[in-house]
Amino acid sequence: MKLGPYSFLTLFAVAGVVFALAPLAMAWLWARAYSPRKPGRVKNANYECGLESKATGWVQFQSQYYLYGIVFLIFDVETVFLLPFAAAFKGLSAGACAAMLVFILLLVEGLVWLCVKGVWARK
Amino acid sequence: MIDEGLRNELSRQGVVTTTLEELYNWGRKNSIWPLQFGLACCAIEMIAASMARFDIARFGAEVFRPSPRQADLMIVAGTVTKKMAPQIVRLYNQMPEPKYVIAMGVCAISGGPFKEGYNVLKGIDRYIPVDVHIPGCPPRPEALLHALMTLQKKIENQRLTGQGRPRHLDADAPGEFPVPDYGAHDLEPPNNPAVWRPPPMTRNE
Repeated sequence: MKLGPYSFLTLFAVAGVVFALAPLAMAWLWARAYSPRKPGRVKNANYECGLESKATGWVQFQSQYYLYGIVFLIFDVETVFLLPFAAAFKGLSAGACAAMLVFILLLVEGLVWLCVKGVWARK
Repeated sequence: MIDEGLRNELSRQGVVTTTLEELYNWGRKNSIWPLQFGLACCAIEMIAASMARFDIARFGAEVFRPSPRQADLMIVAGTVTKKMAPQIVRLYNQMPEPKYVIAMGVCAISGGPFKEGYNVLKGIDRYIPVDVHIPGCPPRPEALLHALMTLQKKIENQRLTGQGRPRHLDADAPGEFPVPDYGAHDLEPPNNPAVWRPPPMTRNE
């Protein structure tokens, strides 16, 4: 049999796979031969935090929850603008200050509008 | 079985002889992976033991596993409250065999300074078999390393066949230990008699 110039690559690949799999196979065989299997209810439980799992993971949220989500997001992002505003407050001109207050007023206006519309009271 | 004298002679000549049992135990004792959890201040000492100054990695035990399914050793580091005890036993049950337990500090051994407390378990060895007890409040990291070395010696000397073989090779030994329930005044049952065998109390009159 004549071997090509790159046949050693195949040899290396095979040796690599055997090297990786042999210990796993040996451990598996060893366990099969000597270690009796003792499964149990607690041992096979899915949850592994020590507590017993209860109820179900498929909890439903109201679709109206998205309103809270959006309002939270808007005011969360507003903080990003408020912090530099507060940091540069002393050096701001009257025009810049007024612009910022108008910006805050716009958002607060939206909040008041939501309150009047009764979004928070909705169940 | 190879004669001990011949074995010494061979090792002096540079020939290492071993048995399958020794090889197996050697592998086990140098790769004890602890379960990563702490209950109280002893856990801080356990953390210190895993850091660079004390370096538990020298003993192959630095791989703290967050899942009981990958752990070999449970270091009960701290006060076990009665509320926590069922969780400990459940985690111990979920660890694969062979598994070992180190009770670290007086609280885990007996309840320690909180022994009189209504909510404190008076020793985790009431529910799970403890291999090594470390006294101290809290024990220093060196004490934990000493306990680990003691455990390694224990593993090294385990015979894999015959009467005293480890639990995981014994088909009749239990694979799970009963998890206690919360009772009206105490845990139900208050101890596992298959595990907890205190010496009988004797009083010298």
